[in-house]
Amino acid sequence: MRVTADRDKCVGAGQCVLVAPETFDQDDDGIVALLTEAPPRERRAAVEEAARLCPALAISVTDS
Amino acid sequence: MRLDRIVVVGASAAGLTAAEALRTCGFAGALTIVGDEPDAPYDRPPLSKQILRGSWGPERLALRDQQTLDGLNAQWVLGVAAVSVDTEAHEVGLGDGRELPFDGLVIATGVTPKRLPFGHDLSGVHVLRTLSDAMCFRESLLASRSVVVVGAGFLGSEAAAAAREMGLDVTLVDPLPAPMIRQLGEYVSDRCAELHARHGVTVHCGVSVREIVGTDGRVSAVRLSDNSVVPAEAVLVAIGSIPATEWLIGSGLPLGNGVECDASCRAGTNVVAAGDVASWVHPGFGRMRVEHRMNATEQGLAAARTLLGSSEVFSPVPYFWSDQYDVRIQAYGMTGSGAQFRLVEERPGGGFAGLYGVNGRVCGALAWNMPRAARTLRACVIDRVPWPDRSLRAFGEQQVI
Repeated sequence: MRVTADRDKCVGAGQCVLVAPETFDQDDDGIVALLTEAPPRERRAAVEEAARLCPALAISVTDS
Repeated sequence: MRLDRIVVVGASAAGLTAAEALRTCGFAGALTIVGDEPDAPYDRPPLSKQILRGSWGPERLALRDQQTLDGLNAQWVLGVAAVSVDTEAHEVGLGDGRELPFDGLVIATGVTPKRLPFGHDLSGVHVLRTLSDAMCFRESLLASRSVVVVGAGFLGSEAAAAAREMGLDVTLVDPLPAPMIRQLGEYVSDRCAELHARHGVTVHCGVSVREIVGTDGRVSAVRLSDNSVVPAEAVLVAIGSIPATEWLIGSGLPLGNGVECDASCRAGTNVVAAGDVASWVHPGFGRMRVEHRMNATEQGLAAARTLLGSSEVFSPVPYFWSDQYDVRIQAYGMTGSGAQFRLVEERPGGGFAGLYGVNGRVCGALAWNMPRAARTLRACVIDRVPWPDRSLRAFGEQQVI
């Protein structure tokens, strides 16, 4: 799995950090900071939930 | 009853999310998505920000790419409004005369802008809900030197900021004492008034609009209740919205302030509702209806699960944000004028964060250019921390407002 987070689209809602804190963080401006681009498989459900909830559609998940 | 055919009415964030969740949760039957706008699902929050300012083109609004939409394996009926529902015959009537049979129905028709009882026949007078509305209003702004924004809620305030950034003379008018006071309470709304004034917007609060003055069919000015006349080459009427439930009158579905659902977003047998149009009974906050982007996604998911047999209660922590100039306001829970506000943290650069409380409990949190604080304070809303309470000091509470 590969994750991308579009910092330009991000509105800093922080929903991703709430549901997948091992994969996402926020910088001081609240903008998404990806902790890893290739999280382990067991995090997939949480990462997909983060992508679904993101109100700015800034997160995408693809098969690596 | 087995659901073989599900119709989703509303092709924006809530309807799309519900449709996707139905598929994700295993619904393999016939799925039809009806939308009254011609466009594929698009995102609305940027309409009053990036689209008005012109920093984004409309193509950036697409909620999904075509491949993802195709992957839903749904029949799309776009540019056609649903005009009726027969809950006994299980049919949705469409504006073009067609009837769509269903076993399950998702209602996600959103809201329509309220209008003034006068003035909308003049050119240059706009409302803002759809992409088409936004593009027309932008055209108008580009051709104007002055704009009056009627209504200083979120939409009006964001549009005023965008117009100011485009260089227009902007007047923001509202009958209430300060911008967004109903949504954010006195303290924060005063800061909003200061913010707009500092950026050169003329903020006229406590007055209403008496007349929109036209010359040769075009708006030229707005007359206010204090009898002052403000020149305006463009006007935006942003005085709130009405849930789009007219097509449901006579359906037998419970209608009040929106489609009145139970705690699981169920409006009737095999009928659910989601997004701006849906009111439901939140276990913590009571009956509510939320017109915010985050809720469209969360409630779309919840409504789809309910339709497929889940009885899970929908109990989100409502979240919204607003961008105005260089300020991002973020809030969780209930932040309205009915609650007290306490400042928890303040920064030299003008950022601050605080909590709202009502009936002895924290009910909301707000951050002004302090996104990390927003997330921290959210925990107080979830825990419904007692209010006022010594434990709030742990968050660095400075003063009581």
